[in-house]
Amino acid sequence: MSVTVRIPTQLRELTSGAAEVQLDGGSVSEVLNALDGAHPGLAARIFDEDGSLRRFVNVFVNDEDIRFLDGVNTTLSGGETLSIVPAVAGG
Amino acid sequence: MTTHARSLRCRECGREYEIAPIYTCEWCFGPLEVAYDYDAIAASITRDEIASGPTSIWRYQSLLPVERAAAVDLEAGFSPLVRADRLAAELGLKELWIKNDTVNPTNSFKDRVVEVALSQALQFGFKTVACASTGNLANSVAAHAARAGLRSFVFVPSNLEDGKITTTAVYGGNLVAVDGNYDDVNRLCAEIAGTYRWAFVNVNLRPFYAEGSKTLAYETAEQLGWQTPDHVVVPIASGSLLTKIHKGFDELHKVGLLDEAPNVRISGAQAAGCSPVATAFAEGTDVIRPVKPDTIAKSLAIGNPADGWFAIEAAKKTGGAIESVTDDEVVEGIRLLARTEGIFAETAGGVTIATLRKLADAGVVRPDERVVAYVTGIGLKTLDAVQSVVGPTVTIAPGLDAFHDAFSAEYIEESA
Repeated sequence: MSVTVRIPTQLRELTSGAAEVQLDGGSVSEVLNALDGAHPGLAARIFDEDGSLRRFVNVFVNDEDIRFLDGVNTTLSGGETLSIVPAVAGG
Repeated sequence: MTTHARSLRCRECGREYEIAPIYTCEWCFGPLEVAYDYDAIAASITRDEIASGPTSIWRYQSLLPVERAAAVDLEAGFSPLVRADRLAAELGLKELWIKNDTVNPTNSFKDRVVEVALSQALQFGFKTVACASTGNLANSVAAHAARAGLRSFVFVPSNLEDGKITTTAVYGGNLVAVDGNYDDVNRLCAEIAGTYRWAFVNVNLRPFYAEGSKTLAYETAEQLGWQTPDHVVVPIASGSLLTKIHKGFDELHKVGLLDEAPNVRISGAQAAGCSPVATAFAEGTDVIRPVKPDTIAKSLAIGNPADGWFAIEAAKKTGGAIESVTDDEVVEGIRLLARTEGIFAETAGGVTIATLRKLADAGVVRPDERVVAYVTGIGLKTLDAVQSVVGPTVTIAPGLDAFHDAFSAEYIEESA
């Protein structure tokens, strides 16, 4: 049930520089919690005080924004790549 | 003249950073914004000094984050603010003005933001500039990079209008058509921006770039004799333009250029086929659910708008509204503006005019208000939108008889 989590530059100080981390979990929420377990402090950066994902943090499962799926409750079967990407815009 | 930019500050949590090519708060990922020493600006800025400046965005240099770089300058901005009485009559309004930003060097408001961003890029010492674009920004970055002799990489969705591809490619530079929508392009660019030391105008230079849009508010006030409108209607893609126009009016008062505190209602316009901000506004939520765009208004087709929440905040705070209009209404909006005021806008302008009509019909934009609508790009780049609905009135043989057959004597008589 291992999932690859891609860490953005801004959070790599918490992963000893690692750009990718392998973790287990059956949902996005479980994987992100496992990420905080493995690298304490990460949750405070991507979740706000209410425990919701911060507004400017986007999470993708493979190439799909989890807001198109089931949010942090999106289920994972293993083998997915979960990307944490800061929001940007332009146009 | 010098810059009064002091730092970059997170819009979410307020953490401050030194001026650098960075764009998100490393703590909470919120967008960074340029912070100024307004007391220093207020101590020196005057209406006279502005009036004696260049007829471009650079007349407001002391309210911008960087000094003008002559190498980049194509003299963007200071576009006409046109009184639109015939359009006002159609909409049941009394005082309506069109800010006609179709006349910029590459025919959209993007020249404002690009001149600021590339001036900043030169100051930071970048050799290569880049952007993710829905077309207008692509034109502008390619043109300004050509003038400055900078290498450019412009990334666009491959399904862009032909007009916007040609008007980018002509400047040379690298034009990368990506098989995906704008949000896919944007995501790719965020990754590339993290890899190479390039000036991505709307990624790592975004805090500086976005400031260029404030000049639309400055000019509007100056052209109204240093007064502000009661209500403005602004198109929304990322939400940055609307947010910065709001900021611009406030800043003018902060530095002492307005006699009274501005009380400008800020309303936003989206196409129904890409209306995540209008939808969130209507639902009264601050959660903006991204959408997959499907609209002819490709320049506004950002499905995941990073400043959408701030646009909603500005509209709510000022008593404005955010509405959306269908593609048919967009086309009708383009034609309405063209036939009443002689201004040919691109699809985004159609969105703005159609939304203005909708808000006027609903009584949200009121007849007693002084209204400004921002028309931010030219129709020549999106001919596809109207080509199937307009054309010659008649096609005739080259003879007087044929002409007389085509038009009644009465019609020709009353035209004389």
